[in-house]
Amino acid sequence: MSGGPWERFAAQFPELLDTLLLGVEMTVIVTFGGFVVAMVLGMAGALLRNARMVPIRMLGTLYVDVFRSVPVLTQLFIIYFGLAELGVKLDPIPAAIIGFGINGGAYLTEVFRAGIEAIHRGQNEAALAIGMTRAQALRVIVLPQAVRVVLPPLGNFAIGLLKDTSVASSVAAPELSFRAHMLVDQTYLSTQIYLTVAALYLAMSLPLAYGVRKLERRMARGRLA
Amino acid sequence: MPDDVGRRPLLRIVGLHKRFGTLEVLRGVDLQVLAGEKLSIIGPSGSGKTTLLRCINWLERPSDGEILIDDQPIGETRSGDRRVEMRDVELARMRARIGMVFQRFNLFPHLTALDNVAIGPIKVLRQPKQEARREARALLDKVGLAHKCDVYPDMLSGGQQQRVAIARALAMQPTLMLFDEATSALDPELVGEVLTVIRGLAAEGMTMIIVTHEMQFAEDISDRVIFMDHGQIVEQGPPHQIFRAPAETRTREFLRAVIDRQVYAAETA
Repeated sequence: MSGGPWERFAAQFPELLDTLLLGVEMTVIVTFGGFVVAMVLGMAGALLRNARMVPIRMLGTLYVDVFRSVPVLTQLFIIYFGLAELGVKLDPIPAAIIGFGINGGAYLTEVFRAGIEAIHRGQNEAALAIGMTRAQALRVIVLPQAVRVVLPPLGNFAIGLLKDTSVASSVAAPELSFRAHMLVDQTYLSTQIYLTVAALYLAMSLPLAYGVRKLERRMARGRLA
Repeated sequence: MPDDVGRRPLLRIVGLHKRFGTLEVLRGVDLQVLAGEKLSIIGPSGSGKTTLLRCINWLERPSDGEILIDDQPIGETRSGDRRVEMRDVELARMRARIGMVFQRFNLFPHLTALDNVAIGPIKVLRQPKQEARREARALLDKVGLAHKCDVYPDMLSGGQQQRVAIARALAMQPTLMLFDEATSALDPELVGEVLTVIRGLAAEGMTMIIVTHEMQFAEDISDRVIFMDHGQIVEQGPPHQIFRAPAETRTREFLRAVIDRQVYAAETA
């Protein structure tokens, strides 16, 4: 080996970047997949927590309490290694998507519930008074307003999830951080590689943040009740 | 009254009680309202006026008693001692025929004035959008807001918002209109425009129950005035009787307090 670490880094940069970009692709897949699963579970959870029947409401609360209280890493281990022992062998990527989805769903349940509750009771009553059913009032009147309320925390969640997917490296999901660890083990260029990784995470997060802000502006029509 | 013979009661309330925890807000209210009748309810705050109104369309679930609209019980049916809750769809269908105007307007802020009015017919009556919007436009015209169709509620004054809310209720072609202190949240100079719209409706023969603090308005518009206190109807009768010659002490005391205040307000205005 010749030259300092920065010279070596410069010389190997194209190959290093190729490997890291493979990781970027996986990071995007896990983030997107986890986000979709979390959205679906979050909406279902919020509906459960909004139900009229107490046992159904308790089911929603139980889901939130359990999955929000256990570290996502532990949940990933259980899904990846625990299920394997029961004969359900999942690849690291689907395991990560399911894990982040379930964990994020618990978080989003609370976000969506808070969004629904932020809409003044009078909105629901006005909708019922003109003859809407409870479901219609929720769908036509409350939810469209709640969406605007939950958009900022939803953006936060998405960016948080993007970064948290680095945890999936622990179950050998070949995403960005996992690739980075491998490359560092091979080259010892830890500073250079992690700076590159940081730049890549930034390159993914910033457009996301920008997109959310744009969406917020577009939906800022009318006042919230 | 002799000229009431042959007029059917549109609304019949029997033994209505409402408790919030240990607080008894309605303590046995019996009331009949005839089709076409204009009824005002007055009384001190906390007397149960608003709760009574909210029980009629089941926004508040009565603790006991029965409410019948056109002889049909709303909210729940009884078989013997058992109270069976009405299905959500049936309840919604009954509510659709009862218009309600709220103190705080409760317009839908994410919809234009026009769509606030049209949304009921579109979603509940399944009217085609074009038709519903055309009728909504006519209703906004009727309340003097044809030029505000495409405006969102946050750009309207309180008086304008309340008039849109009235149009929204009318769009469902209700047989009964409930006004819950419809002018209490308004700046004094905006009260008149809303009262004018309500007067117009009364002249058209709409059945209405009006909870109000506007005594002059109540006297002008009503066929009958009810004075409530502590969850009960204390006294009722034609407006000239209630306002000019009330029989009960409590009614007299209430009216003296309110009218003194309104005269004072008028003098200092």
